[in-house]
This record gives sequence, structure tokens and C-alpha cells, in this order.
Amino acid sequence: MIELERVSVSHGGARVVDSVSFAVERGTWTCLLGPNGAGKSTLLRAIAGLVRASGTIRVDGTPLGVLDRRELARRVAVVPQLPQLPPALTVEEYVLLGRTPYLSYLGSESSHDHAAARRAVERLDLRRFAARRLGALSGGERQRAVLARALAQEAPTLLLDEPTTALDAGRQQDVLELVDELRLESGLTVLSAMHDLTLAGQYAQRLVLLTGGRVAADGGPDEVLTEALVAEHYGASVRIVGGAVIPVRR
Amino acid sequence: MSAVAVVLRLARPRRRVPLWGAAAVALLLGSLLLGALVGPAQLGVGAVLRSLVAHAGLPVASHLSATDDAILWQIRLPRVVLGALVGAILATAGASYQGVFRNPLADPYLLGVAAGAGLGATLAVAYAPARELLPPAAFAGGMVAVGLTYLVGRSAGGDRSGTTFVLAGVTVVSFFTALQTFVQQQHSDTLQQVYSWILGSLPSSGWRDVWLLLPYAGFALAALLAHRRLLDVLSLGDEEAASLGVDVGRVRLVVVVAATVGTAGAVAVSGLIGFVGIVVPHALRLVVGPSYRVLLPLSIVVGAAFLVLADVVARTALSPAELPIGVVTAFCGAPFFAVVLRTSRKLTG
Repeated sequence: MIELERVSVSHGGARVVDSVSFAVERGTWTCLLGPNGAGKSTLLRAIAGLVRASGTIRVDGTPLGVLDRRELARRVAVVPQLPQLPPALTVEEYVLLGRTPYLSYLGSESSHDHAAARRAVERLDLRRFAARRLGALSGGERQRAVLARALAQEAPTLLLDEPTTALDAGRQQDVLELVDELRLESGLTVLSAMHDLTLAGQYAQRLVLLTGGRVAADGGPDEVLTEALVAEHYGASVRIVGGAVIPVRR
Repeated sequence: MSAVAVVLRLARPRRRVPLWGAAAVALLLGSLLLGALVGPAQLGVGAVLRSLVAHAGLPVASHLSATDDAILWQIRLPRVVLGALVGAILATAGASYQGVFRNPLADPYLLGVAAGAGLGATLAVAYAPARELLPPAAFAGGMVAVGLTYLVGRSAGGDRSGTTFVLAGVTVVSFFTALQTFVQQQHSDTLQQVYSWILGSLPSSGWRDVWLLLPYAGFALAALLAHRRLLDVLSLGDEEAASLGVDVGRVRLVVVVAATVGTAGAVAVSGLIGFVGIVVPHALRLVVGPSYRVLLPLSIVVGAAFLVLADVVARTALSPAELPIGVVTAFCGAPFFAVVLRTSRKLTG
């Protein structure tokens, strides 16, 4: 569960996130929407403790400031927009790095850590790729490897920043279905930032629309995905048909 | 696609790591023995082995004459051991710098150790003719230069990004090189001595230099080995490493300090020996992959073997004259460096 109270992030004098408050209930999927530069990624990074934020961020009831880096990493796993995948590392080695928050500064993995990494590899159907180098994977397989690494972290909260960038339509669905299965299986709390409004409405129970760092709309898909709101905040003319956001020529 | 890239794509080398480890140790033992055998005086394999066993305290009589025994124990073995220590440090420091700055071409001299040590050595040669002062002066110069690099990089806001420190290193190197040239112009009579130090050579000064270097080598190698898993985490980038709970700034600082202290110690006793920190880690990456858990221990062993062998070549190629060992390592290293440049994208992306 994530609770945000008047969270602000400043970047070189500019407020990129401006007094944002909302909460993500345990086991639910909330999606951050908004045009480029709305502050979606910055807000995710603030929750992951990667940028300094004012206001209060609580993860499972504990304020961020109280948690040290490793404790936070055991509660929140992050899938970044463009993960760096060292191409010569094998899938196995890469997923095992997800166990880092459980190891002491100079410690090494126990058999328990190896087992957790193996479970993550198997859950994402990567067993036959385990010994393969990351550079030899396709885009979809790569994204599965990143998810496996996040899953090996065994954190109850998953932050996804544009998890489907650079994937084709089929692979986008694969990834989102997978995240939703994981959420239902193990009660993961999911907060994602997404550009595709239709997909966001299909997978998230709740949408938070940001513009200029502020919450412009917050509610279920049918409350947020309206022709008026999309026109106002994205400057796009669209028609909404059965939950699908269809662009229409101006 | 180059042949190297094909090997990279096809090789599934992880399962053979123990095999490569055994091969590396065998290579090191072989090169240590070769280093002890090669020289103007013929000692003989059997006699050398017997003497080694005898000195280890086992009840075997050494067949070496007193002179030969002195040649082996006071001249050759200290030099071989020193070469092994310097090689181990340079290779491991190189691999660690490459990891911590995520730059495949980073070498142990990246942050100005060499330039600072060069200035220190030049000052020592120019103003304090006692040869004993050169190593401490070189060590001090190297540490001052790296300290300056750190301060410049930090003031430029580089506490998170490694690139700023690399650029700060370039700045400090230029400045120290200019200072060194200036001092040299004032004391052109000492040019030759500084020059031969810059080319790098292993001194035949008995065990003294080994004892001098040992604490630095011990600290540096132990600290770097301990960080091998964290170097793997750092290969994901600063932000992802941080999101996995790693204090990136602290890891980078500790690794850089350890690698620098070791390098400064090595430079102080043996001058500038180039390319070891590039050649050895990259050759090993091609064979065992990029994970630092395997790479760092193997860099210690293979780096030691590489420098001992390079020293054998340096001693024999123009015998009885001696070639500077830095020339030998550069001679093998430069062509290899060209290959690494061609494949560096595939190695680290």
C-alpha cells in the first residue's frame, strides 16, 4: 500500500510534482496518466526513494524517511522505463541481482536467495533462457527478464515506468497480462505510468491523471477517460468507444 | 560480425569457470617457475624445485651452491614475486575501474595516479638524488593527483555520475603532465633517469620492495574482491542499483580508493606499466563473461602470471641488456587494445 500526502518534487527550481495526494490500496493496480512532462516518472522515482521529495510518502504504513535504502528495496521493486541490461550477463545472473536488498554490504547469496531467483525465472517462463546472455534476447524476453528480476526482489509493491515502451502490440499485452496475473496471485500492489490510455483503462482499477505535476483527475477508468478530459490535458481529439480511446482526425 | 562477437554470442562459458580457474592457477605457477629459472646463470629445474621445497622447511637437501642459492633467493624470486604482486594489482584495479565507471576503456591510471606519481618521481629525481626517495614521492604524488581529481569532480556535481570524475581525471592529468615537463626542462640532466622510470621496470632490489608493496597490495586486493558482487549490481546503472538498496556513492568511493591505493603502491615500486589493467580483464571477459564475481579473482591470478611472463620476455629478448617491462606490456597490449575497442560495445553496451 502506498500513501502520498502533499508530495512535491522540485528540480532546479521548478516544481515537477506539486502537492500530489492519493493512496494505492493493497493488491490493486493504479495507473498514472498524463502528457509528457506531467511528472509521472518523477513521482515514481520519488516513491522509490531515488529523488528527494517533500510531503509524506508512506509504504505499507511506514514513512519513507524512516526506511533505509535496503528496507525500502525489500518493499518496493522498480521496473524502469529503459532498464540497463548488461548484454553479456546471463538471465540467471541478472535475476539473482534482484536479491541484493536481502544481502549485507559484503555478503553473498544464500541457497534461499538462489531459490527465490529460480522461482522468478520459472514463473516468467525463462527457464530455457536461464544461461542465455541478455544481449541475445528479443524485446519481449528482455522485458520478462526485467520483471523476473523485480519479482525476485519479493517486494509487495511494484512500480512500473512505461513497462511496454518499445514492445509490439502482442508483447505489450503479454507483459500487462503477466503483471496482472502476478498481482492476483500474490496480492501485489501495482503503480504504473503509461502512455496508452486504452491499455491503462483495461488493466488498472484506478487512473490518476497528472498535468503540470498536479492531480487533474482521479477515479475509475470511465471517470477519467472522457473525451473532455483527454482533450483538455493531452490536447488530443478522441472518441471513447467501449473503454477504447480512439483518436479522431482534427 | 567479428570473430570475437561470434564467440561472445555462442559461448556459454559459465559452466567451465572451475576449469578456467584451474588453468589460470596452473599458468601462474608455471610462469613463477619460469621466472625463477630464466637468467644468465643456469640453475636447473630440479635444483630450483628442491631449493624451494627445502626453504619451505621440508627435509630435502638443496643442491644449489651458495652463490646460486643467493641468485635464486635474493635476486630472482623477489623480482618474480614483485612482478606477480604488481600484475595482480594492475589487472584487478583495471577491472574494478571499468566496473565502477562502466567504461570498458578505463585503466588503473584513469584518475591521475600515473601523472601524479610521474610528477612525484620527477621531483624526487631532480631535487633529492637519493634513489630511496623515489617510491614514496611517487606514491604521494599519485595520491595527491587522485585527491585533486576527486575534489574537481565533486565540485562539478559529480557525486552521482562517474563520467564527471573521468573528465576531472583528464583535467588533472594534463595539469600534472605540464608541471612534470616544466620540472624536467629545468633539470634536463636527470631526464634519462625519469624516462627509464616512466617506461616501467621491476627493480632487482631484493625483498625490500616486496615488503614495501605488500600492505598496499593486501588492502587493495582484499577490498576489491569483497566488492565483486556489488560491482555486478553497479553494472545495472546508478539508479537501478540504488533501487536495489545499494548506496552507489559509497561503493564507488570505496572501490576507487582501494584500487587507487594499490595502483599508487605498484607505480611507486615499478614505474608506469601500461595496458595490464586493460588487457587482462578484457581477455578474461571474453573467456568467462562479465560477472565480477569470477572476473576479479581471475584477474588477480592471470594479472600476476601476465606480468611475470612479460618480465621474462623483458629480461631475455635483448639479453644481456634488459628491455623496460612497460615496453613489453605495451607491445602486446596495444594491438589487443585495438581489438577491445572494436568489440567494446558488445562487451558492455
